Amino acid sequence: MPFNAKSGKFSASINTVEIGCGDKKITIGGENVLPFYTFDAPVENAPKVGVEITDFGLENEPECIKKYYEGCETVVDMAKKAASFEGVDFLSFRMEGGDPNGANKSTDELIAMLKEIAAAVDIPLVVCGCKHVEKDAELLAKAAEAVEGKNAVILAAREENYKNVGAAAGLAYKQLVGAESSVDINLAKQLNVLLTQLGVDGKSILMNVGSASAGYGFEYVVSTMDRVKAAALSQGDTTLQMPIITPVASETWGVKEAVASEADMPEWGNQEERGIDMEVETAAAVLAAGSNAVILKHPESIKTISKMIKELM
Amino acid sequence: MALKGLDIFKLSPKKNCKECGCPTCMAFSMKVASGAMELSKCPYFSEDALASLSEATAPPMKTIKVGTGDAEMSLGGETVLFRHEKTFVSKTRYAVAVCDCMDDAAIEERLSGAAKVDYERIGERMYAEMIYVNHGEEAKTDYVELVKKAAAVEGRVLILGVKDAELAKAALAVCKDSKPILNGADASNYEAMNAVATEAGVVLGVSGKDANEIYDTVAALEKLGNKNLVIDCGTSSVKEAYAIAVQFRRAAIKDGDRTCGYPTIVNAAVLAHGDKHMQAALASLFTMKYGSIVVVEQMDYATALPLYGLRQNIFTDPQKPMKVEPGIYPINGGDENSICLTTVDFALTYFVVSGELERSGVPCNLIINDAGGLSVLTSWAAGKFSSSSIAKFFEEQDIAGKIKNRKLVLPGKVAVLKGDLEAKMPGWEIIVGPKEAVQLVKFLKDMQG
Repeated sequence: MPFNAKSGKFSASINTVEIGCGDKKITIGGENVLPFYTFDAPVENAPKVGVEITDFGLENEPECIKKYYEGCETVVDMAKKAASFEGVDFLSFRMEGGDPNGANKSTDELIAMLKEIAAAVDIPLVVCGCKHVEKDAELLAKAAEAVEGKNAVILAAREENYKNVGAAAGLAYKQLVGAESSVDINLAKQLNVLLTQLGVDGKSILMNVGSASAGYGFEYVVSTMDRVKAAALSQGDTTLQMPIITPVASETWGVKEAVASEADMPEWGNQEERGIDMEVETAAAVLAAGSNAVILKHPESIKTISKMIKELM
Repeated sequence: MALKGLDIFKLSPKKNCKECGCPTCMAFSMKVASGAMELSKCPYFSEDALASLSEATAPPMKTIKVGTGDAEMSLGGETVLFRHEKTFVSKTRYAVAVCDCMDDAAIEERLSGAAKVDYERIGERMYAEMIYVNHGEEAKTDYVELVKKAAAVEGRVLILGVKDAELAKAALAVCKDSKPILNGADASNYEAMNAVATEAGVVLGVSGKDANEIYDTVAALEKLGNKNLVIDCGTSSVKEAYAIAVQFRRAAIKDGDRTCGYPTIVNAAVLAHGDKHMQAALASLFTMKYGSIVVVEQMDYATALPLYGLRQNIFTDPQKPMKVEPGIYPINGGDENSICLTTVDFALTYFVVSGELERSGVPCNLIINDAGGLSVLTSWAAGKFSSSSIAKFFEEQDIAGKIKNRKLVLPGKVAVLKGDLEAKMPGWEIIVGPKEAVQLVKFLKDMQG
């Protein structure tokens, strides 16, 4: 008697969302099964991998990242280089320097940089803010205007500033709205509802339901994603059927396992290897939990994760 | 498969003898169905009834025990597919791989490397618990000698990857007392391997060219009376291994197909041979989705630190908070003259706060209170993080005797404690810190400036 596997196909599916425009545009979502369950039903759109650069250029990057950008003098040079790495599907530009508690760069300065980048690369764009809700309200609204016509993801609208970011990105300039909540299915749902009530099309929303590095409360990330996918697929909850995009690099390249120097932790060994594995393992885990796109930083991680996705599809 | 009280009652003696402590057989049946009592409390069930009931009440996935003494560990026994439904009970175990097709130097390096990663994280020992000893096609060294060498690494459970029954017998002769796993049964040799495994009293691993072949071989072995099995998810492709791991687990737990209800082995060392980062990715993937054992070529700190952290997260009981040991944690070379900050022993709080403090580069002492493993506001609301509990903790630990600095930063969320603390801890300057950990870097730098 052969193995009688029952299909775990659902009647509902995740929204299909196109990011970017032209030849290089990508499509995520659309699946009606759990992550990589290709044995239940074909998964048309593989999860995608993005590369992250910031407005600081190489200033704050660890040595092991810098060497991949040799010869790059400006952030725009870096963007072009990043777009050429093996396995990269999209570019994520994080305007970290806008944070009033940090470098506090002006909105004009950052938007000028964003425009140059948008003009220089043809792969889809994800524009990330500085995580300061008031500044992001202004910065991301301007960013949505600056990349008009690019069908970019504006990451992210949060509960505190969704009106400004959502209205600019989703209504005025027809970009894709990233909705960021912190590891709780109810908060994720609520923000999607608020955005759609504002008039944003649910089909142009992507969710960042929150992330963490492996080992740092990652169980909340897993359970949130597991429950979001269960609600979206088995209960057909249309307010949670948005694809999930998860920034991984900005989490993993801050924890001590990834950044402690070999001099400080001799028994841990090579720092670059630790950084890559922290990024790779966290990314593999969020993909297994249901992310439709991940944002990474190290070219080796990007290559590995993109290969893993291909092997699973 | 949950059994109803009435189903049990139908098979009960219906004597109402009260020997079990229940007033009636009906009441007893209801209690057994709810799991409150054991069926064995009633001496009058017929053997037929007992057999059919224990079959029906058996868990959907077997718990398989391997290793002996301190190295004994359980695999499988899961009852849910997602951790939020209840909890995962048997964490994924990791094995490093050696093969008799490797030369001596490489084998030495692997085996000595196997013991290199060994550390503690939130009360849990982190190390590669197993060694996979493979018999390759072109052996360069004697397999049994290799098994002996691997068995000499203390406290590790061996997995013997060998399909030749005679060789398996010889290998088991030198290591069967430590309860290894014999991973070598397939459709062609299962009868012979079954005899070897049963005689030695060890767990038998089953592989096959696809899910159907594995399923049939497991069913055939069950017919021979062997239910001490693990399932090898195969090495043909990552996609196939993932499909087997997921489908077998799901069929066992969701559909109650017990032939699928065994722990799994995923051999990432073969699936991603020579690609260390891919092995790390696969180890993570299969820790998330249903690998009971994951084999990698080697375990170094780079792979281990995120992997064991991930495993610890995934396999925590959602109903029990993760706690760190209360005490003084010096950060950035903090000493007796460095500023003190205090917070609770909830593991997530500790990791977030200590991470931010490290990022600040400011030498300091993080003092973790015993707050029952709850977060700042929860423990405060429960009365486990109050001015009295902090003052008492400082006295018990003799913090004032250990640290000369008299500045103490309090989490911003419990700013209300400041007045009381000043009264209860004279001599200390109580400073209200930021509400969120991310603001600590700026807070500390401003304070220094």
